[in-house]
Amino acid sequence: MKKYIIQSIRLTLVLIVLLCIIYPISIALAGKLSSGKGDGEKIAKNGKTIGYALLGQSFTKPEYFWGRPSAVAYNAAGSAGSNKGPSNPDYLKEVQFRIDTLLKYNPGLKKSDIPADMVTASGSGLDPNISEQGAAIQIARVAKARKINEEKVKELVAMNTLKPLLGLFGPSSVNVLKLNVALDNL
Amino acid sequence: MNTELTGIIATFLLTLIIAIPLGKYLAKVFAGEKVWTDFLKPLENGIYKLSGINIKEQMNWKQQLKALLTINMVWLIYGFFVLIFQDKLPFNPDGNPGMTSDLAFNTIISFVANCNLQHYSGESGVSYLTQQFVLMFLQFVSAATGIAAAVILFKAFRDKTTTQLGNFWEFFVRAITRLLLPLSIVVALVLTFNGTPASYEAKDQFISLQGDTVNVSRGPAAQMIAIKHLGTNGGGYFGANSAHPFENPSYLTNMVEIIAQTIIPMAMIIAFGYFIRRRKLAWTIFGVMTIGLFMLMIPTLTSELSGNPALAKMGISQTTGAMEGKEVRLGPAATAYWSTLTTVISTGSVNGMHDSTMPLTGLWQLLAMMINAIYGGCGVGLLNYFIYLIIAVFISGLMVGRTPEFLGHKVEAREIKIAAIITLLSPFLILAGTAIASFAFTNHADAAWAVQPKNWLNNPGFHGFSEMLYEVTSSNANNGSGFEGLGDNNVFWNVLTGVIIFLGRFLPIIGPVAIAGLLGAKKFIPESAGTLKTDTKTFALMTFAVILVLNALSYFPALALGPLAEYFSQLR
Repeated sequence: MKKYIIQSIRLTLVLIVLLCIIYPISIALAGKLSSGKGDGEKIAKNGKTIGYALLGQSFTKPEYFWGRPSAVAYNAAGSAGSNKGPSNPDYLKEVQFRIDTLLKYNPGLKKSDIPADMVTASGSGLDPNISEQGAAIQIARVAKARKINEEKVKELVAMNTLKPLLGLFGPSSVNVLKLNVALDNL
Repeated sequence: MNTELTGIIATFLLTLIIAIPLGKYLAKVFAGEKVWTDFLKPLENGIYKLSGINIKEQMNWKQQLKALLTINMVWLIYGFFVLIFQDKLPFNPDGNPGMTSDLAFNTIISFVANCNLQHYSGESGVSYLTQQFVLMFLQFVSAATGIAAAVILFKAFRDKTTTQLGNFWEFFVRAITRLLLPLSIVVALVLTFNGTPASYEAKDQFISLQGDTVNVSRGPAAQMIAIKHLGTNGGGYFGANSAHPFENPSYLTNMVEIIAQTIIPMAMIIAFGYFIRRRKLAWTIFGVMTIGLFMLMIPTLTSELSGNPALAKMGISQTTGAMEGKEVRLGPAATAYWSTLTTVISTGSVNGMHDSTMPLTGLWQLLAMMINAIYGGCGVGLLNYFIYLIIAVFISGLMVGRTPEFLGHKVEAREIKIAAIITLLSPFLILAGTAIASFAFTNHADAAWAVQPKNWLNNPGFHGFSEMLYEVTSSNANNGSGFEGLGDNNVFWNVLTGVIIFLGRFLPIIGPVAIAGLLGAKKFIPESAGTLKTDTKTFALMTFAVILVLNALSYFPALALGPLAEYFSQLR
């Protein structure tokens, strides 16, 4: 028994060196070669960091495309989903409110055109994307608020749409932050 | 065809393409045959030497278990103290506080047991030291413990009669050097080059496009996310687990992560067949498990892809499926696929919030964890399945009126007693645990715990009950996912689930290893016309029926009160 205890302690120490020092530091060093240097890829505007490519942020102004509802108000230091069950009455009221808000700020929008992702909170609360349909229903509003041609906005949406992997696997999505930066840069 | 569906079909096929050769490789590694990774031998010999281990020393099953349990106890003590004192230890750039003793108790058991139920949130609850030196460390070694335990079982059935089952330390170290570490390096690099942070930079701050100040948690995440999947651990670096865009940046990384968590459990089944030279038996087991997987996955996909009926009534469009708690870049199909696999194997990582899935999806998730032997966790999945096999052998033996045998060894009263106890343990822990929680919720709503029972549930009615049932089930299965709406960081849940995780981990390792050890030592009976063959379709069906009947009888009432009741009330 005593033999096993001593062997256990020694083996634990040796493995800590291998698994907690050598392994992670090697990966961190290799990560320096990646586009985000292993710190997370940033997006800058006029030389200033205005966000991370992978992290959604809150947009409420009419001239910006809006992202998805977030249970944590896009707090990137405290990710979480809403964890609301599908039959929760308070939750259903909240969704109804989001639908009404979208209808109010996007005149002419039909309820049956609203995609689910625009009225439901994401899993992380930091979803950087919306669906193509989610972007499509906002084009008219954004174009009007910015007094530019709808076609121009449509073009930008298409440029910031990520197609399925290899064109075959998974959904397509629109990165909201990149799209809004592109709009500001017009 | 819809690209979300082609995505999951491709993922499943890729998993098989990797898992099958990996299984053959593992059989050779643990049998000590020549493999291409033998260049790592000097590293292993160095580890043995520094640890004072002589791998030539053969152990019987009792010695194997002693070694296994001893090193696990060492980790429990070591980790507990780091968690409590993490605020006073170095390497805490975000200044996160030390854990309370009940939270540390829960967290350390949870990570030692390969469960990774998390009652803290990664961003605010642990330091970088804890993440790497305790949590990630345990993700490696707990997975290796499970694999080594399964190899003991392999050993018992390889030779005709034996008590010498090899050396535990050798199996354990090789599981790390030949399997977990190399694969982790590959997966961690893929993640890093797709956007997951891997450096030791502390929190960042920026002003958003609309002028909000935003704090961003970062840190060495890629390293941990790799092993969290490969080792079927599931404990995320960030609070939102693999739904977090840093933890799972794209559809590609999503495929890599889901494949990573599935390959080892699958490969262990194949390895078993090659190791004991009974490939047909392994394929029979694999077949039963795969049919079970599809029986859980297809209805899950159906219920998620058809969306939330309550939202459909509001008149919006749910063309791709239910989206609450899901991420756009992954989509409902990949999230439903993940939710099935993460519950059948005991990973428990999530790429979407299970609490917000449809009632029937919740039912399949719960059932998957209750069975806990469809592929199952690293190594332990096979051990759990072995118990079902023994019960099936016993019942078949009774039906045809012969002494039950398994692989040429008589299965007698002692083995059946152990198997029966292990079989009864799960329903006991799950049902009693949920009952205690429900009792506290209804009768002690104002108890002075950090979260008062009346505030535990994030959802009213049947779904609230499901939140408690899920928490307990996930603990017993060492799964670690949750209906995360539950207010679980308080002394009641920390202690209750801590105890359940501990029992639900170690007894189902001790039981099967003991049975295997006892059987392996018995006289070998050559196969004859009267032998009950365990690698036939008939016996596969028998095992399937045993799994179905045992679980249906044990859990139907609890499932009826939770997800089923919610489903039927939604139909109204």
